[in-house]
Amino acid sequence: MSLAETQKTAARHIPDRLTTPLARTLKSWESLLLLVAIGIFILNSFASPYFLNAWNLSDATFNFTEKAMIAFAMALLIISGEIDLSVASIIALASTAMGLVMQAGFGTPAIVATGLVTGLLCGAFNGVLVTRLGLPSIVVTIGTMSLFRGISYIVLGDGAFRGYPSDFAWFGQGYVFWVITVELMIFAILAVIYGIVLHKTNFGRAVYAIGNNATAATFSGIRVERVKFILFLLTGLMSGLASVCLTSRLGSTRPSIASGMELEVVTMVVLGGVSILGGSGSIPGVVIAAFVMGLVTFGLGLLNVPGIVMSIVVGALLIGVIALPRIYQNLRRT
Amino acid sequence: MKKLSKLLTTAAIATGLFAGAASAEDMRIALVVKALGIGFFEAAAKGAEEAASELGGVEIIYTGPTDTTAEGQIEVINSLIAQNVDAIAVSANDTDALVPTLKKAMQRGITVISWDSGVAEDGRQMHLNPSSNPLIGNMIIKLAADELPEGGEVAVLSATTTSTNQNIWIDEMNKVMGNYPGVEVVATVYGDDLADKSYREATGLMQSYPDLDAIIAPTSVGIVAAAQAVVDAGKVGQVNVTGLGLPSEMAGAIESGASKSFAIWNPIDLGYSATMIAYHLSKGDAVAEPGASIPMGRMGEVTLDETNSGAMADPFVYDASNIADFKDIF
Repeated sequence: MSLAETQKTAARHIPDRLTTPLARTLKSWESLLLLVAIGIFILNSFASPYFLNAWNLSDATFNFTEKAMIAFAMALLIISGEIDLSVASIIALASTAMGLVMQAGFGTPAIVATGLVTGLLCGAFNGVLVTRLGLPSIVVTIGTMSLFRGISYIVLGDGAFRGYPSDFAWFGQGYVFWVITVELMIFAILAVIYGIVLHKTNFGRAVYAIGNNATAATFSGIRVERVKFILFLLTGLMSGLASVCLTSRLGSTRPSIASGMELEVVTMVVLGGVSILGGSGSIPGVVIAAFVMGLVTFGLGLLNVPGIVMSIVVGALLIGVIALPRIYQNLRRT
Repeated sequence: MKKLSKLLTTAAIATGLFAGAASAEDMRIALVVKALGIGFFEAAAKGAEEAASELGGVEIIYTGPTDTTAEGQIEVINSLIAQNVDAIAVSANDTDALVPTLKKAMQRGITVISWDSGVAEDGRQMHLNPSSNPLIGNMIIKLAADELPEGGEVAVLSATTTSTNQNIWIDEMNKVMGNYPGVEVVATVYGDDLADKSYREATGLMQSYPDLDAIIAPTSVGIVAAAQAVVDAGKVGQVNVTGLGLPSEMAGAIESGASKSFAIWNPIDLGYSATMIAYHLSKGDAVAEPGASIPMGRMGEVTLDETNSGAMADPFVYDASNIADFKDIF
């Protein structure tokens, strides 16, 4: 395969975390992040008597499950060197579409299908603009960020859709068994699927190759534009799925739904060790990052730390976790 | 993942130990606001603290999201449920989106009320409105009439022709006009809640009605614009501007004399009353049901209507004597 040659000639190596030796795994980003997660867990248990409670921890997972669903697809997209900032707006548009279908009298299956299809269409729209017209994804998705949410505002104004059927509430408020919520289950299944796709399939290797050197990837026979288009579709679909869950959890739709969520998703992905420049990162990293962000916000919430301080902590954590390995590398080099 | 599930199981056992230790504490009442860092809500928190020190044995948890999102408020409320607070008093960012979470809170025995900005009926035990439409309608004409013992001509500068709130208040005002003999409403104009249009409409009123004595603007945009128009027309002392406005925006008009007084709800009283109600409901010495009366300390008591909501009081009147205390608050 010419992919192996690309690997040699490319400026950066193509990481394949699953085949690294144990020693390297221990030094990896994921281990560092896992240590951080465990540290936060222990700190939280000491800081608040309410933290170590199965139901409370179950409630806390809502802080990250919906964002993480999108983060998986976003991780692949960012590894391939693109980004989608319109995800929160896709949630708003998909939720609005679901509201319209609900008002027309359709049941839960149709509502869910509408949410997913709307997400797919939005992703396709982004994908066509980026891959067919060759526009930079950051510009396209900043545009569609306003466009998609704008449509929701036109449809809803300052009104709201409410009165979703009661079985629709299962997605965002239901439990599979004991404290395991439906959302947490979806999160876990998606983590496995995306882990396999990225780390065990040709498609996953193509994503890394494109992110490292798109030109080289093209010459080695990878259909770069097609892969990227599929990634935009996936991100749209995941946003649609997150929209189903969030709408179900809120039981209503307003055009301001999920506002600002795109940055939290990107934060999660970057915290998970995905290079914002593309080319490297892993799904286990994103999974741990999701837990880290969920645990931090929930732990601080239990101490009634104001949200402003909370965002400072998350920002500092992000910079700290990203800067530390870089500083360590620099120290070793000199 | 395996580690986590292990921890989860040990967690369930550990909870029992902790729960016993936490129960002998003060009553904890959480005041959840639309977003932190807003003067109006900071003032409400002051009122809540006042109520807490008056009641004794009450701890106030003043909290809210960073920006005014329903999702942020849900995260905050989830962590309050986890802490097993005694009561949650919330000014909601979204009437409907908070309902599932607040229902869960009520299922776990937490008293839930909404204040200022309400939650749909099944998501709270009662809702405290700062005031009521009849009280507001009466207040705006009363403020104008109090300065006109001999009677006189007043005009209304409203928001848009379709503004629901303003139209209701003007209707309520018209219903009580009989109580203010000699005071006549000569015109109602609409400034569309735009500063420049409101200014032009106010100027037009003074030209069309040279004997005009007062302009009533039941909108925070209109009242400021009307006061400016009166100053610019050199009619300070002849035309009194009154209505509903924000102290921070109206401080100048009170100073210049263009407005003798205006009204708006008092956030301190609102936070105080919400805390009092949450305390009594949580303690069980009051019940939230249609027709019930719940004591609110120095604010008297609130009577609930068929939707379990009630009005706190008359809008609070701001004039030269107290504007300095409130202009920095909201």
